[in-house]
Amino acid sequence: MVSGAVWTFDDNINTDLILPGDMLFATEAEQRRAVFRANRPGWVDEVHQGDVIVGGLNFGMGSSRPAARSLRNAGVAAVLAESINGLFFRNAVNFGLIALEVPGVHAAFVEGQTAIVSLEDFTVRNRESNIVLQARPIPQMLLDLMLGGGLYPHLERKGLLEPRLGVP
Amino acid sequence: MGMTIIEKIFARASHQAKVAAGDMVVVDVDVSVMLDSSFHANHRRRILKVHDPEKIVVVYDHMVPAPDRMSAEGHVYGRAFAKQFGIRRFHDVGPDQGISHAVVADRAYALPGSVLVCGDSHTCASGAFNCAARGVGQPDLLGAITTGKTWFKVGDTVRYDLVGQLRPGVSAKDVFLYLAGTYGHHTNQNIEFGGPGLAHLGINARRTIATMGAELSAEFATFEADQTLLDYVRARNSTPFEAQNPDPDARYVDRRTVDLDAMEPLVALPDTVIRNSVPVGDVEQETIQQAFIGSCANGTLDDLAEAARVVKGRKVAPGVRFLVTPGTQQVFQQALVAGYVQTLMEAGAVVTPATCGACFGGHMGVLGAGETCITASTRNFKGRMGDPTARIFMASPATVAASAIAGHIVNSAKIG
Ligand code: SF4
Repeated sequence: MVSGAVWTFDDNINTDLILPGDMLFATEAEQRRAVFRANRPGWVDEVHQGDVIVGGLNFGMGSSRPAARSLRNAGVAAVLAESINGLFFRNAVNFGLIALEVPGVHAAFVEGQTAIVSLEDFTVRNRESNIVLQARPIPQMLLDLMLGGGLYPHLERKGLLEPRLGVP
Repeated sequence: MGMTIIEKIFARASHQAKVAAGDMVVVDVDVSVMLDSSFHANHRRRILKVHDPEKIVVVYDHMVPAPDRMSAEGHVYGRAFAKQFGIRRFHDVGPDQGISHAVVADRAYALPGSVLVCGDSHTCASGAFNCAARGVGQPDLLGAITTGKTWFKVGDTVRYDLVGQLRPGVSAKDVFLYLAGTYGHHTNQNIEFGGPGLAHLGINARRTIATMGAELSAEFATFEADQTLLDYVRARNSTPFEAQNPDPDARYVDRRTVDLDAMEPLVALPDTVIRNSVPVGDVEQETIQQAFIGSCANGTLDDLAEAARVVKGRKVAPGVRFLVTPGTQQVFQQALVAGYVQTLMEAGAVVTPATCGACFGGHMGVLGAGETCITASTRNFKGRMGDPTARIFMASPATVAASAIAGHIVNSAKIG
């Protein structure tokens, strides 16, 4: 169960807004500071650990860059969107960011309301309005990776990558 | 019910008789492509074992030749990696280097009916070769390299039947701008291209369209395998393969006909290509400071030929930087032999070595505050090519070349 205050974003939020090109090879800490720099300056100072992003259609379109990791590092507990770009979703799985497609979610939340997410039955509830929405289920194998800290720890355990302690 | 191209490729690669939309598959990966960015200090993880070095291709493309010390350090690391694991297909700075998807095309590494992944979103470019090619993040790339496998969620497939033939001055990029402008994004969907119009669409044109599938947010953008494709591949790669064409009763979530004769030159307005295309005439008052032709989408020999045709005997307008970046060094050489480079440079273009360069605002053509650029590359997101206040219009190589001459956005037919 995840519950957090909602920030709303519109359709087609792209990876370059989340992780700008000139920060591509910066440190994770620097990348975190640049999240939504162009479209929502100052947001990284307002967001709190455990907050939730509610997006529209095609969230995360664009690059293979680890934009999901930047959102996770900014404190975002979950991304709930009408639809999510497949590549962004893969990175969410692999960097341990909860990302769910939830039809109707954009209209169901006003910024500042609280979203309560259940990964048992893939439901999303608006605590204030009590509206309950059904998310598209995530296959168990991917959910295990997403909640287990992502792919790198898994590859480390198999002896395929050199362990890097504390770096998910 | 039959299978689409992508479902048939997945069925083979996951050792199943049947795969359908809604399934999740774990597949054998035929080729994994690593880039210089895969070895950058802030991205890389030390790989202890690779599944099969013969299934790995390494291409340096994003920061090439190394423009700074961090990039150079990554290049050194990658060279050691390639040596340690015996990667034979290593395209370092030199005559066989280029943008990864373009090198893969030059060499026909993406075989029809096969599965290819790479740590770059425009990997769908190789869909032109009837290949299930997908961009993945660095973790999935390392997963494929070390385990030989990856997973895909199987989406619905939209089928585009191409009919007719493009008119002179209209190109594959305009077809893409039409699709993006008319149908918008294809999130979670596969795109399949086929139909009689394919016969008039060369491999390079198909590559442009397939590459831009990433901008439609498609899972895969895959072309049918016709004789042109089979001949192209067999001339470059002797490895046997099994092309996959759709079953006659394949299930599509939608089937749309695209009349190539009806296409016209279009421009995407800044910040997104999704439902953002207008006829060139609508933005002709826009003055530009930079015009760019390049990237994995528009750095082909055909693109350079088209640019040279438009600028021949003319001069780039004062105040405009006209940058042309061939997709690979091989294309650069071919363009030299064909005289395109001479024509472009006489007109005042700056022709750069093959690199991603300006396409992602990396180097060699980064935009400053408040500038306006018209680009024949892949992406026009805010801040993509440099300063976030710069405006990026996207169009075909012909339109970009014509605009470089005019100093403002213009239809190439008007300066002809
Ligand atoms: S040319 Fe541009 S879109 Fe293509 S791989 Fe390079 S940066 Fe990405």
